Amino acid sequence: MNEMILLEHVGKSFGDFQVLQDINLSVALGEKIVICGPSGSGKSTLIRCINRLAPHDTGTIIVEQQDVASKQGGEHVRREVGMVFQNFNLFPHLSVLDNCTLAPMKVRGLPKSEAEELAMNYLRRVHISEQAHKKPCQLSGGQQQRVAIARALCMNPKVMLFDEPTSALDPEMVGEVLEVMTELALDGMTMLCVTHEMGFARKVADRVVFMDAGRIVEIAPPTEFFDNPQHARSRAFLSQISH
Amino acid sequence: MNFDVTVFWNALVSYPFFEGACITLLLALASHSVGIVLSIPTALALEGRPNFARSLLRGVVSIFRGAPTLLQLLFVWNALPQFFPVFREAWFTPFIAAWIALSLNEAAYQVEINRASLKSLDKGQLAACHALALSPWQTFRYVVLPQVARIAIPPTANEFITLLKITSLASVISLQELMAVTSQTVSSTFQFTEYYAVALVYYLVMVYTLSWLQSRLERRLSWEQREETSQINNPGLVQRTLARMRRA
Repeated sequence: MNEMILLEHVGKSFGDFQVLQDINLSVALGEKIVICGPSGSGKSTLIRCINRLAPHDTGTIIVEQQDVASKQGGEHVRREVGMVFQNFNLFPHLSVLDNCTLAPMKVRGLPKSEAEELAMNYLRRVHISEQAHKKPCQLSGGQQQRVAIARALCMNPKVMLFDEPTSALDPEMVGEVLEVMTELALDGMTMLCVTHEMGFARKVADRVVFMDAGRIVEIAPPTEFFDNPQHARSRAFLSQISH
Repeated sequence: MNFDVTVFWNALVSYPFFEGACITLLLALASHSVGIVLSIPTALALEGRPNFARSLLRGVVSIFRGAPTLLQLLFVWNALPQFFPVFREAWFTPFIAAWIALSLNEAAYQVEINRASLKSLDKGQLAACHALALSPWQTFRYVVLPQVARIAIPPTANEFITLLKITSLASVISLQELMAVTSQTVSSTFQFTEYYAVALVYYLVMVYTLSWLQSRLERRLSWEQREETSQINNPGLVQRTLARMRRA
């Protein structure tokens, strides 16, 4: 088994409300998965369970052969899996450079000069190195999200999770962030991306996972999913979004 | 109006009043410092689901918040020596007693300020720290504390200004702070206005200095870019006048 991520019969409820039901999914190294579906279908909760931001109730989640529910596995998944949030969650009191160097210095123990070199490298990769000494409040939304991507990459993760990374952005800025994510995908990163950007899914995804009401309804490569959806619910969703 | 300016001025620059003001300031600084140090771990301990330990801690804090400060001062000065022989020694002066009582009292109020500031922190910050594998201590030290401290500055400075005036209660346990000196001088000379004016001047000088320090601190620690934009968007009076003249 060389899957990076394996979810088996994963379930989660908030009180009486079942937000995830019997989720089964396996993600191979280098695979790009796009998760889509209507609001409230459990997409965000699913990826939050993967990196243990939220604990799942039933089933198992294995990342690199380690169970995330165990103490060791939980620590391992936090170090090896990076996450990019809808609201960026940059540290407002730190400069862009300090945002990126904080974790490598404190968690991986890198000396400051090495961490800064690493950070500048990734900031160049997301085309924002000239803003390294600015504070997040001085940047636009698209720029902030690119910094957030660089910050996550500075920990050299094996997997990147994206939780609706462009949903809070103005339309003009969506493109610059998707461009960075596409480049990342082409460089071979394993990615799980919750998004409504179907163009991105078509271009980049190896498989599209469609979720509804806490269940996975359909998993298919993008061409099959968009051109020939198997389930009625998938067809209904696709007809809604392509008006 | 029989305001004797000479009496006022002589008292203003006299040593007893100055010493009284210094004791007031020193007591306030010492009590608030200890109060802040005690309140940080307390506020952190109170975060989370209610359990027996938290409810107990809540109860203790509410006693110090609920009881009048004067009562707490009198209790520490008069009642503690009754219960514990160690407080009957010579080192237990009115200043020490006031310091203990006001520290505990301030800690209780500061806990509420800390809790409110902690609650106002964006939860996304904690999610980002989780995703970056920062430990709980690292999260607190590098992300939570810097942000929460900035949020807490205005209410804490406010609390300090209040404390500065509450120190006057310590006069009832015979601490020679500013109000005690004022009352004693008044009762021996019956010249109320002049000496009250002196006390007022000292309190106002201290409060205004602290308010000024507070705004300096707030501006220095702010991470919002206010100075740059105000230079661009607010041309000076001379420039605005010249522009108007050009248009006319």
